[in-house]
Amino acid sequence: MAPAAQNFMRLFRGSSSGSEQNPSTHDLRLTRRSSGLVEVSKLLPSEQPLCILDLGSTSAANIRYFTEGGHKIYSEDILVASSDSSLAIVDEEGKPTLDSKRFLSENLTYPAAHFDIVFCWNLPDYLDESLVKPVVGRLWTVLKPGGLLLAFFHTREAGPDAPCFRYHIVSNDTLEMHPIEPRREIRRGPTGAVHTASGERFRLQRVFNNRHIENLFRDFASIKFFLSRDNVREVLAVR
Amino acid sequence: METPKTTEYALIGRSVIIKGELTGSEDLYIDGQVEGSIELQGNNLTVGPNGQVKASVNAKGVVVQGKLEGNVKASERAELRKSAVAIGDIATQRLAIEDGAYFKGRVDIQREAGKFDAKAAK
Repeated sequence: MAPAAQNFMRLFRGSSSGSEQNPSTHDLRLTRRSSGLVEVSKLLPSEQPLCILDLGSTSAANIRYFTEGGHKIYSEDILVASSDSSLAIVDEEGKPTLDSKRFLSENLTYPAAHFDIVFCWNLPDYLDESLVKPVVGRLWTVLKPGGLLLAFFHTREAGPDAPCFRYHIVSNDTLEMHPIEPRREIRRGPTGAVHTASGERFRLQRVFNNRHIENLFRDFASIKFFLSRDNVREVLAVR
Repeated sequence: METPKTTEYALIGRSVIIKGELTGSEDLYIDGQVEGSIELQGNNLTVGPNGQVKASVNAKGVVVQGKLEGNVKASERAELRKSAVAIGDIATQRLAIEDGAYFKGRVDIQREAGKFDAKAAK
């Protein structure tokens, strides 16, 4: 078995990697310790309520975690928003791309310097190429000076079929990971017949190396890397 | 969820489209289309699975199974069921979100007036 596939299987078997599988459920549930989350959590016992942006799919756990601490949380699923087929355009060279200007006019529309913390999770790895830099640029704008952005990047060893996970905060250092399933859409056609369409699974778009990551966050004041054994690099960027 | 009996709720059925301000002093179940504002202070709102609401909402409890676009103030509780699509800010005392629900907006948990709030006391 190729090394990348071995790592992928180890991720689900939960051995000495950074993730552990919960054996008591049939659903695939993994937990992982997050050094980046430990750093971010140091901000949470704050006198003033923090303003937090969660860019993953809706997570009741994350909303509960932060609201119980008295903080305000905003939730926005950027990956789902980016899969809107009406964003598809053709660039000057005739290549298919996404309309990043229109995307940013409809998403991430917040005042400047609004957030203390942004959870990007694995968004840059799975987002369409044409949206990555514009989205990071917008996140820089909406973060307060000194605000934190946490993002996860796969390493090359993760392999091209690395599943897209949703991260749910369990404690100040632990995340539970659920694979994101395609959303089933049920539509009624013009004749009244019911059609069920299954959306596509999100696929890993690219693997960033350290230089790519540094370039992506070059407008930020500092970035810190945390490398874990489950082939994920955590990056904490300070605005 | 079954459509409730009309004696328990005021019902806006699937084929009904309303634009304007809705106010009431009883529970309301919407399975049609409503655009505007909904004022049900002291009563509950349910957006059924076929409901499409584009309105600001002020109610005691809010349950969303369909689509709700607008800011929600639920003085007691808000629930997003797994088929819910909710876009807008939610201010409530308690919020329950089922797996599969889609939510885009801000959550503001407001403690009941009179209860001790550690942050406010400092």
